[in-house]
Amino acid sequence: MILDTTQKSPHGSERIVNEVCMTICTINGSGSATANNILYRALFRMGIMTSGKNVFPSNIKGLPTWFVIRASARGYTGRIAHDDVVIAMNQVTIQKDIDYLKDGGVLFYADHLELPQIEKDIIVYPMPIKALMKTVDAPRNMTNYLENMLYVGIVGQVMGIPENVLKATIDHQFSGKPAIAESNFNIVNLGYQYALKNIEKKDRFYLEQLPELSDYILTDGNNAGALGALYGGLQFCAWYPITPATSLVESAIGQVGKLRKDPKTGKNTCVILQVEDELAAAGATLGAGWAGLRAMTSTSGPGISLMTENIGLAYFTETPMVIWDVQRVGPSTGLPTRTAQGDLSMLYTLGHGDTKHVILIPGTVTECFEFGWRSLDIAEKYQTPIFVLSDLDLGMNTWVTKRFEYPSQPIERGKIVWEDKLEEFKDWGRYKDLDGDGIPYRTVIGNQSPKAAYFTRGTGHDEYGNYSEDPQNWNKILRRIGLKLDGVVRDLPRPIIRRAKSDAEIGIIGMGSTHDAMIEAQDLLAEMGIQADYMRVRALPASIAVREFIASHARNYVVELNRDGQLKQILSLEISEYSEKLISISEIGGLPLTAAWTAESIYLKEKRNGKNR
Amino acid sequence: MEKTVELNQLGLALADYKGKPSTLCPGCGHNAISNQIQAAVWELGIAPEKIMKISGIGCSSKSPNYFLNRSFGFNGLHGRMPTLATGASFGDTSIKIIGISGDGDTASIGMGHFKHVIRRNVPMVYIIENNGCYGLTKGQFSATSDQGLVLKHQGVNLLPPLDMCMEALISGASFVARAFSGDVKQMKELIKAALSQNGIAVIDVISPCVTFNNQDKALQSYSWGRENEAPLQGIMHFKNREDMQIENFEEGTYREIELEDGSFLVLKKIDKEYDPTDRSAALDLLTESYKSHYFATGLIYFSEVPPTINECYDLPDEPLNRIKADRLRPTRESLEAINASLY
Repeated sequence: MILDTTQKSPHGSERIVNEVCMTICTINGSGSATANNILYRALFRMGIMTSGKNVFPSNIKGLPTWFVIRASARGYTGRIAHDDVVIAMNQVTIQKDIDYLKDGGVLFYADHLELPQIEKDIIVYPMPIKALMKTVDAPRNMTNYLENMLYVGIVGQVMGIPENVLKATIDHQFSGKPAIAESNFNIVNLGYQYALKNIEKKDRFYLEQLPELSDYILTDGNNAGALGALYGGLQFCAWYPITPATSLVESAIGQVGKLRKDPKTGKNTCVILQVEDELAAAGATLGAGWAGLRAMTSTSGPGISLMTENIGLAYFTETPMVIWDVQRVGPSTGLPTRTAQGDLSMLYTLGHGDTKHVILIPGTVTECFEFGWRSLDIAEKYQTPIFVLSDLDLGMNTWVTKRFEYPSQPIERGKIVWEDKLEEFKDWGRYKDLDGDGIPYRTVIGNQSPKAAYFTRGTGHDEYGNYSEDPQNWNKILRRIGLKLDGVVRDLPRPIIRRAKSDAEIGIIGMGSTHDAMIEAQDLLAEMGIQADYMRVRALPASIAVREFIASHARNYVVELNRDGQLKQILSLEISEYSEKLISISEIGGLPLTAAWTAESIYLKEKRNGKNR
Repeated sequence: MEKTVELNQLGLALADYKGKPSTLCPGCGHNAISNQIQAAVWELGIAPEKIMKISGIGCSSKSPNYFLNRSFGFNGLHGRMPTLATGASFGDTSIKIIGISGDGDTASIGMGHFKHVIRRNVPMVYIIENNGCYGLTKGQFSATSDQGLVLKHQGVNLLPPLDMCMEALISGASFVARAFSGDVKQMKELIKAALSQNGIAVIDVISPCVTFNNQDKALQSYSWGRENEAPLQGIMHFKNREDMQIENFEEGTYREIELEDGSFLVLKKIDKEYDPTDRSAALDLLTESYKSHYFATGLIYFSEVPPTINECYDLPDEPLNRIKADRLRPTRESLEAINASLY
């Protein structure tokens, strides 16, 4: 059973408006990203909810790459496995690309490509890319790039993107460079005018303007995370390049100079430093956190492996730091340019010995911004490393997302004490719990009180930081850290819950970037007669709301992008009294989750269990 | 007669610069270094609160607990001391960093960080307490152990040693010195000079391990060191020019170097000409001493200090870790502008 998520059959004569999935098939390094983004943004500007997912190789030039645009006025923007429209620009993949087309689908192809035998019922529009380029006086090295602009014009016209929207989008893309914007638009318009005169529309996919999506912006999770950190008062970031986390720090580099000048002196208040490896990135971030700076690093799974030792040290020395893990597919080098949710288990107890960490799991780009600043607050308040778990899909793809909201709370620096406050304490110790919440007061370098200094160490210590092998001391410190982390839950984001229209016997549980697909799956299940409530877990350790959700459903399907169902395993352990209510649905392969696969998997399990009513 | 306690310019006694009692072996070369560090900081009149101590793992890295109790300290991970120092240096640039590391820490597991912290020019005094073996794990070869060295549970060391001064020099350090735990007077003057500079200053201290590697002929033993030490210069550090009793120096027998904090280093010629500002000469000296086990100590290389990593960032004069939170968050309007640009 294959679910058709576009609802309407592609056969017949009915117009299909603002519901289309199209894939642009090009060769990486040819400059198609700009063209694809223009098409994508144009749809967004038309007021249509849209997603754009780049499926790209771990390579610089010459290998196939795909850009999948899904427009859905109904708001379903998760990935779908089959295309309504294919724009074929790569001879190597054209056969496969056509295979992904549904019956009744549409093929635009550059007409210098050799078209394979087509055995399905599709509509074909040849695009005379080379011939049109001959009419343009363009520099040779720009030819490949400009060919992409031609398909923007042709496809745009046939699908119904107004010319003025394309123009405005191009002006936005090249803002501040009017000459470049103009020359790009001229090529787009060449394609547009060609299509207008020469292509007779035979397919049924139409794009039509809707009211503006004025509450929304178009950006990627890595940019959002970087901005969140900069608005969160980030002061130090040490990092090492790794796909797909690199663009997070690069976004910060691009904006730190403008955003983070001290209003008083005009000097810089945030340092971003590339270091020799991830060990150094974590070490320097830890050093900065220890010295009283709001500190962060950003990496992906392989980088986390290297940072492990320092994060364990941060945990035990109770030093705040934030670590972004923009996940890619592992184990090992894995699939560096594909997405997964396979680092959850590793992070939760990262490091040897008794550890347990706090993980924030944004599921939207807007949340990447929010968790960007919140993570720094939580790290300083609880004096512990905080992970923000993103992934390639969320981090590197651009999403239509809610506008960023200015932080709703002032910057939280936690229990840092300076000279004056320190004098008030009768018997201060760096690791002494004076408030009964497990969170001690901390001093940092530069504090000129002769009482302020302490000796920080990864070895066993007493409440004053003195070396100790005493079992009671060890017990006391470790249990207090446990207590401290029990308290953190109250400051963590609660799960997002979307109820079914009527009473639901089952729950579906997801996390992170699968959000859009999960919502669509929930609705598909309803259409199939299965009411399901949906919960997106946004942090670990899990809150009481997560427990209640699980408890209140007979069966909970935990859907995730890893082999062994890591979230399901963690929830089973933490909420062990309801572990039998948890069922794992997991998918690997490196691509974003699809609603159809999810709904189908759950449907089949429900049916097989004989529990479906 | 009543004993008077000598005080430095801050009114602090040497006792104010002490640490916890050392738990290292009696006679350990590292204890001599701890003693000279506290003496040097005291004599320079630097408040202990103006120092931070950062170390790795090993016997050497335990030692920051044994000096400067009133300074913040961080006993971090094996080989990763330079990375902690890099981050911490940005917290408050007025706090001087003393980094303590061993030969296992620096020459093996942390060699990459050592090279890169020099390349970054993190302002710190980087002391390698070099005893040519792993002490805390009970006597294994290190990367600075002499070739042919025999240790009880290890057999014969097959590999040649690394010269840490050479490594520092070719990485671009602007201050490279070698000292010996058996020559504390020279060591103290070198530490004072290093603390008077703002860039990275590397001091490789040959510091015998009396328990595992102090055999008479061993390269890092007291006896070998005492027999073979050949100081390049007589070294004296003066806080002010007035303190210099230049009249005692014969014309042409000494050289005066002004340091970044305005203090002076006087290098007194011993037997042969050596110009520590000549990088090629320093490389030649290290090459020769490496080949022929010639134990040259003193100031090996000195140059103008390149910008420190902190200076590359145009930071406020006020310590970054004291900047009030409201100065760290961009305005609401700026976020609206970003939102608008992303539509």
